[in-house]
Amino acid sequence: MNSFQGDTLSWELRDGVVELALHRDACNEIGSSTLEELEEFATAIERVENDAHALLIYSTLKCGFCAGADLRELYRRSNEMERGVAVEGVREFLERIHRVLNIIDSAPLTTIAAVHGVTFGGGFELALVCDLIIADKTARFCFPELRLGLIPGFGGIPRLKRDMGNAVVRDLLLTGRSFNASKAQSTGLVSQVVGEGEALRIARATASQLRKFDRATAAAAKKFIKPIPYEDLRREIDLFCELFVQPAVQNGLRKFVESTEAQPYLP
Amino acid sequence: MANPEQTLDEILNLSATHFKVPREKLRPDDDFFKTLHIDSLQALDLLTKLENHFGIELPDYELQGVSDFRTLAGRIQSRL
Repeated sequence: MNSFQGDTLSWELRDGVVELALHRDACNEIGSSTLEELEEFATAIERVENDAHALLIYSTLKCGFCAGADLRELYRRSNEMERGVAVEGVREFLERIHRVLNIIDSAPLTTIAAVHGVTFGGGFELALVCDLIIADKTARFCFPELRLGLIPGFGGIPRLKRDMGNAVVRDLLLTGRSFNASKAQSTGLVSQVVGEGEALRIARATASQLRKFDRATAAAAKKFIKPIPYEDLRREIDLFCELFVQPAVQNGLRKFVESTEAQPYLP
Repeated sequence: MANPEQTLDEILNLSATHFKVPREKLRPDDDFFKTLHIDSLQALDLLTKLENHFGIELPDYELQGVSDFRTLAGRIQSRL
């Protein structure tokens, strides 16, 4: 099978390029339904990777690439169970999403995230597993987790540390502010900033260019220059689970979920 | 460098154009969430437009508690 149409995402292998399209309303929030389909995708990628040289990930939704974890589902589920059970559930979720993201991160394909609009939290982490980020000028990148008393849990910190200077990592994590695409490019996070609505087209053009190169050489070069920070990724899961039991987290989640204000995505 | 009134005027013009609201319906002390009928995700979109237009960075926390155009203009003016 070289294509899949799901409820939260779809993918297709065509002319050596796997295209993964995210399309879960309202803004591709990553909850259990998305995780299940991502797990199926990760299995499929390992099956088709010998027939492909590139993977593109993008969103078909107007709001943006991905607004992050499904906080409403997280709040609802953690409230339904005793604290210890909830933490174990969170740990299991994190280990599953990490497995998926590690597969994409290490895939012997050149991976490109074509992003626009909101690229927050888990969405930012999904973009970070890719080799290249092409952002249209509407893209904004943010790790807002500190507002909830948490840290990024999908591997964002180890991958930021891998790719960027520590001062930039501190700015993102400790202020919780968002960077626009130009700022992200100036820090080295984004490869290209393009016109509104153009990210996918340019990502496809970039992927087409890659067809010319020897795949084994490209895969070997990628493996050489892009280590997967497995130890730090495990430590991030542990720290996230330790923090999750703090009252501040439930208060932060409640505030986000129950807010009727217009500002839940603003500090 | 633009004076505060010019900055405010540019914000109102840009907001009207981007969100397709008649310019004459926007007043400096209006709540932009209500007047533009936007949520926080769209407010971030406006923030990007403003940053690109004025050539500045405006950290989100500068928008803490800001909901009217005049106060927003003040925040932007301080970055020019």
